[in-house]
Amino acid sequence: MHPGIIFFLVILGSVLFHIFTPWYWTDIASNWGGMDDTITLTFWVGGGVFIAVCLFMIYCVFKFSYKKDRKAEYQPEDKKLEKILTWATTLGVAALLAPGLFIWNQYVSVPKNALHVDVMAWQWGWQYRLPGEDGKLGTTQVININDNNPFGINLDDPNGKDDVLIQSDVINLETNRPVKILLRSVDVLHNWYVPQFRAKMDAVPGIVTYYWFEPNKVGEYEVLCAEYCGVGHYAMRGGVEVQSKEDYNKWLSEQETFKDLIAKQEIMELENKKIVKNNNFLLNKEIYKEE
Amino acid sequence: MSDDYENKTGYQAQSSETISSGGSGRSGTASDIDYVRPAENAEQDLYHGHSFITKWVFCQDAKVIGVQYFLLATFTGVIGLILSWLMRLQLGFPGAAGFMTAEHYYQFVTMHGMIMVVYFLTALFLGGFGNYLIPLMVGARDMVFPYLNMVSFWMFFIAVGVLLASFFVPGGPTGAGWTLYPPQTILEGTPGSGWGILLMCISLILFVAGFTMGGLNYLITILQARTRGMTLMRMPLTVWGIFTATVLAMLAFPALLVGALMMTLDKVLATSFFMPTILKAGEVLEYGGGSPILFQHLFWFFGHPEVYIVALPAFGIVSDLISVHSRKNIFGYRMMVWAIVVIGALSFFVWAHHMYVSGMNPWFGFFFATTTLIIAIPTAMKVYNWILTLWRGNIRLNVVMLWCLGFIVTFVNGGITGIFLGNVTVDVPLSDTYFVVAHFHMVMGIAPLMVIMGAVYHWFPLVSGRFLNETLGKWHFWITFLGAYSIYFPMHYLGFIGVPRRYFEMYDSPYVTSAVGMNEFISMAAFIVGAAQFILIYNIIKTLKTGKPAGHNPWQANSLEWLTPSVPPEHGNWGEKLPVVHRWPYDFSVPGAKEDFITQTTPPSEVIETEVEKT
Repeated sequence: MHPGIIFFLVILGSVLFHIFTPWYWTDIASNWGGMDDTITLTFWVGGGVFIAVCLFMIYCVFKFSYKKDRKAEYQPEDKKLEKILTWATTLGVAALLAPGLFIWNQYVSVPKNALHVDVMAWQWGWQYRLPGEDGKLGTTQVININDNNPFGINLDDPNGKDDVLIQSDVINLETNRPVKILLRSVDVLHNWYVPQFRAKMDAVPGIVTYYWFEPNKVGEYEVLCAEYCGVGHYAMRGGVEVQSKEDYNKWLSEQETFKDLIAKQEIMELENKKIVKNNNFLLNKEIYKEE
Repeated sequence: MSDDYENKTGYQAQSSETISSGGSGRSGTASDIDYVRPAENAEQDLYHGHSFITKWVFCQDAKVIGVQYFLLATFTGVIGLILSWLMRLQLGFPGAAGFMTAEHYYQFVTMHGMIMVVYFLTALFLGGFGNYLIPLMVGARDMVFPYLNMVSFWMFFIAVGVLLASFFVPGGPTGAGWTLYPPQTILEGTPGSGWGILLMCISLILFVAGFTMGGLNYLITILQARTRGMTLMRMPLTVWGIFTATVLAMLAFPALLVGALMMTLDKVLATSFFMPTILKAGEVLEYGGGSPILFQHLFWFFGHPEVYIVALPAFGIVSDLISVHSRKNIFGYRMMVWAIVVIGALSFFVWAHHMYVSGMNPWFGFFFATTTLIIAIPTAMKVYNWILTLWRGNIRLNVVMLWCLGFIVTFVNGGITGIFLGNVTVDVPLSDTYFVVAHFHMVMGIAPLMVIMGAVYHWFPLVSGRFLNETLGKWHFWITFLGAYSIYFPMHYLGFIGVPRRYFEMYDSPYVTSAVGMNEFISMAAFIVGAAQFILIYNIIKTLKTGKPAGHNPWQANSLEWLTPSVPPEHGNWGEKLPVVHRWPYDFSVPGAKEDFITQTTPPSEVIETEVEKT
C-alpha cells in the first residue's frame, strides 16, 4: 500500500474518532462554560490546521514521489509566501489567545459576594471551614493545630470563634452562589479538583491560594487530588454536595462551630477531671483499705 | 539583501548563465569564482589512541564518544521503556502484576520520566548525534577539547550508574514524580524519600557537570573550528539545531543544578530552601519559611528550555533528512535558522506556563500565556517550511522519509495540543490530567523519537558502512508510528473526561469507568510499540556484518559528513587535507547542473553542467 494512503487513513481515523468518541467532557456543573467554549474554538482552529497540514503533506507524497527523470524545483525561499504564512499564523494565534485571556481575567477576579471556603489538605485527606455569622474566616497557623484545634485557628482572632468546622471530606455548597475556595496545606502540595467544575488550583504549604466558581447543578460530585502528593495521592478523594438554598441552610445549621467545639471540649475536660477525682478517691479508699 | 544571501550560500554560481553573465563582479576565471578565504588558525594536533583501551574505552575521538553516548543512552532508554510497560500493565489491567504496589508504581513513573527526558533524549541528541556529527559537518578533525569530551562521557556514565544504583538502595528509587516537587520529595509518604532522592540529586548534578563539558566543546567547535568556507549560514540545520540547543542547555541546566543542590541541602542538612512549616503525623517538623514554589520556578526554568533542548536538534536533523530525501533544498533556510534561534530565545520566557495552577500569583498567567502562544509562530513557520520542502520535490519514500513524515504528523498534533495547554484558561481544566500526558508524549516523546529513528536509518551507512535492512525498517516504522499514535491520540480524551495523571488506581469514579476499555487498548498498544523497538536492535546487529555495503555518500547528500575519504570516517576525519566549502548544503536539483546534488566541497568551476538550452 502507498504510504500516503495509510497516513490519510490515520487523519481520517482521527477525525472520525473525534466525532464519534464516547469519551468527552464530563457534564459541566459550574459557571466555567467559557473554558469549554475556548477549548472548542481551539479544537476547530487547531484541528483545522492539523488536517490542512497533514493533507498537504499527503498530497505532496502522492504527487511528488520519486521519479528518475524528474527534477525537483529549485526555490530556496519565497519571501511573500513566508510573510503571508507568518501573518496568518499570528492572526490565528491572537484569535485563540484573546478569548483565553478574557476568561482568565474572570478566573482571577473573584466576585465580591463569593462565599469563602477554607479547604485544608494533608496527606491524605480534606476538611473544610466556613465563615460564621460575621462572614469572615479566622486566621490560622500550622503550629496551632492539635486535637482541640483541628484547623489551627488563632485563638486570639475574634473572627475565628464562630467559624463552622466540617471535619469530613465532603462539603455541601449552595447552588448558584459563587464560592471562593481558599486552599491551604499542612504538609505537601495538593489540588482540590472536581472535574465537573473545571476549575482547579494547588494547595501549597506555607501560603493560601484561591480560585472561584459557581456551582449551578444540584448533585453529588467527587473531589480528586490533582497534584501528586505521595503514595496515597490516588486515594485522596473527597466529595461535594451541591444543594438548593433551603437544603443547604438546613445542613449548615446542623454543623458545629469552633465555639461549640471549645465548649464541648471544656465539658469533656471537666468530666475528665471528675473521673480523675473519682478515681483518686477510689484509689485512696483502696489504699486505705489495704493499710 | 538577496544578492548578499546568494553569495553566502553560493547557489547562484552553478547556473552557467550566472557564471557567464557574472553577477556581482564575478567574471572570468575559475580561480576567481572558486576563491575561499585562507584558514585563520593552524590545525590542531590530535591524540591518537593505540591500545584497545585508548581507542574504544577512554577514547578521545568524538565519533567514538558519540557512539558511546548513543549506546549508553539507548541502554537507559530501554530501561525507561520497560518501566513504561510495567506502568501500563497496572493502568490497563490493575492488579495483574502481583508485585505492583502504589510505591512501585510511583517509582516507575518517576524513573521512566527522568530517564527518558534527561538520560535518554538529551544525552542521545546532544551527546550522541552532537558528538558524531558536529566535527564532521563543520569540517573539523575533532572536537576542540577531545580530552574534556572524553571526561564528559565518563561523567555521564557515572551519572547513569548512580541513577541505576538507586534501584538497589534501601527504600528504592525516588517516587516523587520526575518533576521532584518538594516538600513531598524529601518527606516520608513518598517512596524513596531517603536514599532514592539523594542519589537522584547526585546523579543529576553529575549529569549537568559532565554535560557542561560536552556542551562547551560543541559550542566552541562550532564557533571556532569550522573549515574554510563554512560560514555560519552555510551550516546544515542539524548543526544549527544542536548549537542552539547547547546554548540553551548551558543556560538552563544551572537552574536544575542549583535546584538539586538546594534540595540535597534541605534533605541532608535540614535547611529550608523549599520547606515551609510542616505538620506531619501530628508533629511540626524542623523546617520553616521556605517556598515550595521556588523549586518549581527553578525546575521549569530548566524544564521548559529542556523541551527545546530535545526539540531543536530534532528540528535541525529532520530538516536535513527531508531535504536530502526530497532531493530539494530546504525551503526558507534563513527563516529556519532564525526560527531556531528565536524559539531558543523565547523558550526562556515561558517556563511558568507549567505553573498556571501551581499557586503562584495568578496574574502571571496573562504574561506567560502570551509568550507561550508567541512561540507557536516560529514553530509553525518551521512546519510550513518542512511541508513546502516536500512540495515539488522528488520524494524518495524510503524508511528515512517515512520517519520524517511520521514526525510531521505527530509533531503538528502535539504542537497544537500545546496551544491548548499554553492558553492559560484552557489549561485550567486540562492540567494534571491525561491530556497533558498525551500532549507531552506526542510532542517531546514520539516526535523526537521519530527523528532519532530517521536519523539512525539515515546515518547508519556512514557509521557502519552498511545499510540497515529496508523491509525490517518499514515494519519497525509502521508498528511504531501507528501504535504510538493510537496510544496517545485517544489518551487526550481521557483528559477531557477529567482523569487525573499519576493515579495508581482509579477505583470506580463515575467518569472513569467508561474509560476502562480505552486503558486496556492503550496498554496493549504500548506493549506492541515497545516490542517493535527490538526490531531495530535486531536490524542493527544483523546488518552490522551482513548488510548491503553503502560506499561513499549513498544518499547523494551534500553535507560534509558524507565526503570523508574513508567510510566509516577515521580518526581525524579528513585524511591529508581539510575540506574546503564552496556552498550551502542544500544544492539539490540545481537548474543547469547534471546531477541532482552538488556537494558542499564542489567549487563552482567544477559543477558538471547539462547542455544549456539556448532559448
